[in-house]
Amino acid sequence: MKKSVLLGTLAVAAVSAGVAAAGTLDDVKARGELNCGVNTGLVGFAAPDANGNWSGFDVAVCKAVAAAVLGDPSKVKYVPTTGQTRFTALASGEVDMLSRNSTWTFSRDTDLKLDFVGVNYYDGQGFMVRKDLGVTSAKELDGASVCIQTGTTTELNLADFFKANNMTYQPITIDSNAEGEQQYLAGACDAYTTDISGLAATRASYADPENHIILPEVISKEPLGPAVRHGDSQWGDVVRWTLNALIAAEEYGVTSANVDELAKGTENPEINRLLGVEGELGKMTGLDNDWAVRAIKASGNYGEIFAATIGEATPIALARGLNAQWTQGGLLYAPPFR
Amino acid sequence: MSTSQTAAFVRKDMLPPQDPPTSQAGLVKWLRENLFASWFNAILTLSSVFVIYLLVTHFYPWFRHSVWNANSLAECRTIIAANWGEGASGACWAMLRERWHQFIFGFYPPELYWRPIAVFLGLLLAVAPVLFTQLPRQMLLFSLAYPLLAIWLLWGGSAWPVIMIAAGFGIGFLALRFLDEVSSILAIVAAIVAPILFWLFAVGPLDDVLSKAIPLAIEPVASDRFGGFLLAITIGAGGIALSLPLGIILALGRQSNMFLIKSCSVMFIEFIRGVPLITLLFVASLLLNYFLPPGTNFDIILRVMILVTMFAAAYIAEVIRGGLAALPRGQYEAADALGLDYWKAQRLIILPQALKISIPGIVSTFIGMFKDTTLVTFVGLFDPLKGIPDFIRADFNWKGIYWEPFVFVGAIFFILNFSMSRYAMYLERKLKRDHR
Repeated sequence: MKKSVLLGTLAVAAVSAGVAAAGTLDDVKARGELNCGVNTGLVGFAAPDANGNWSGFDVAVCKAVAAAVLGDPSKVKYVPTTGQTRFTALASGEVDMLSRNSTWTFSRDTDLKLDFVGVNYYDGQGFMVRKDLGVTSAKELDGASVCIQTGTTTELNLADFFKANNMTYQPITIDSNAEGEQQYLAGACDAYTTDISGLAATRASYADPENHIILPEVISKEPLGPAVRHGDSQWGDVVRWTLNALIAAEEYGVTSANVDELAKGTENPEINRLLGVEGELGKMTGLDNDWAVRAIKASGNYGEIFAATIGEATPIALARGLNAQWTQGGLLYAPPFR
Repeated sequence: MSTSQTAAFVRKDMLPPQDPPTSQAGLVKWLRENLFASWFNAILTLSSVFVIYLLVTHFYPWFRHSVWNANSLAECRTIIAANWGEGASGACWAMLRERWHQFIFGFYPPELYWRPIAVFLGLLLAVAPVLFTQLPRQMLLFSLAYPLLAIWLLWGGSAWPVIMIAAGFGIGFLALRFLDEVSSILAIVAAIVAPILFWLFAVGPLDDVLSKAIPLAIEPVASDRFGGFLLAITIGAGGIALSLPLGIILALGRQSNMFLIKSCSVMFIEFIRGVPLITLLFVASLLLNYFLPPGTNFDIILRVMILVTMFAAAYIAEVIRGGLAALPRGQYEAADALGLDYWKAQRLIILPQALKISIPGIVSTFIGMFKDTTLVTFVGLFDPLKGIPDFIRADFNWKGIYWEPFVFVGAIFFILNFSMSRYAMYLERKLKRDHR
């Protein structure tokens, strides 16, 4: 009899199924909710609090897109995805977009049929060692044992780095960040390697951060950015230009505090176009003209998001570095809104 | 020889029994027999005591330095350092104080916690008459209705679809009852086909009409709000309840003389047992999406539960097949000789004995399955062992906390699994008939 419960539920599920596929933008609008793939938990980037509300640097991108498309930053369903499931979840349509600290690489963009729409964080892989090891450069790590998470690009970068420098190492493979921290603390490995943002957060969480140093070498490029499915350019444009709007807003000094004021019209035509006072930019992407205003109001411009989630005022204390505006010596460069 | 001569001394009273020698009684005897029977035994005892001593001295301080009141791991460390000196390590249970509800309920809305609690108490009430035959049999009616009630309470929403499912069973039962007089085969076919037709074609319109007429709904809770032990117990209990009947059917199918039924059962069992559970979970979470039409909203917990059920059922089937094979041939022949048909023979003679033999195996499979529910973490669900701790660690306040969640979750799993295993022993004792 209990087997039939299952059949019954299946039948009910089958009845409620069957909506024809349309563009993702139309799907999201029809659903009234954005399915956003996020990390299952990464300090500063995506984490639910004690009440289950998600926040973080990557989560802010989801909120901005939801605000731009649906008019409400809270209309996001966060789908936690693991390193193994993230791309399949996107390809199969379980999520509309991925904002999950994923590195933009050639093969992911082409072979895996993803479209990375931009970069929201320029990361790079580094090493953390105990200070009393007496090592000041990654070039001195010959023969060291290194804790490394399996199945990530960091594993491949590590092999490349040691090969290029003609050094040997002993990999200690770990499954998760938490396990890696534990192994490193227990002395199972001399060095722990992952993205520098992750190392900084890990170091800050130790009881004795002063006894650990992050080596100066950055051995890889890890441009992390949101991704959408290949072949839906309209939806890709929406996500890309929402991200660009957040970056441009910082460049032009538009913040969540003054965006309403500026949206009444300013001297600067670029700001006017961004905020929909002039021109019809929103219409071109299939949204309305206030889309950028809502996106910026969701959690602020890029700089505000950075400062609130991972910036120097937070315990993670990451400097802007490469993630500063191009005018400040960084790499953030939003194409013109015209 | 004179008979008048009296003995110099005759004892008039009994000697009081003496205590046995100290080496043959009490603690000393027990120690000698059990711990120091031979020199080799003595060495083993001493080394075991030493190992226990090492473990206790190693772990005891960690527990003794426990901190319950703090708002972050850093604060815990400060408190431990202040109370026990620099360098002391201790458990930071303050994390549990703040986050215990997430270990239990996941992201279930806090104002609706009464619903899972009611479902859990209902579960105890529903399984009680199944587990203990002393209880009144009328309670079984509640056990029958319980699964649907639990589904409605946990996921919320309109009550009508659930009532419709129940109505489908009612229709099937009626068909079985009234057509049985005409033909038993026809009755079974009708009992299966009628509810399916009802669910496929009548539920949709009826649901619309009834929901409009009498809106009977509670606040819906989506599957992604489930987590922690709520998720583990939902999947575990659902899997256990569904896999036992499915496993029995598969075991009987494998023993069947009918070629098609036999080969289907064998293929199913061997395929499922030949594939790791994680593969099946990935199929549930990812592959099914490619096959179903886009936009289909097929609940992830339901998908996982189906796959976990199939997995457990294949193992249960093999355990029960062992029980069936252990029955003496005479039992089958006796059933035939009594003129019982196949189902009656199975129900009255074969299965009661076969299941009794299989109890230890069945319970191990259930315990294993319940623990395997933690694997759902790989498909992005928040299991209590890895999913929940990982996201708690994603909060900077608790980043770096590692052993405390394992100890807590391990303790709860131990309590649940140990009670299952004790119940199995009770059942074995109760069913023991001493005929071998």
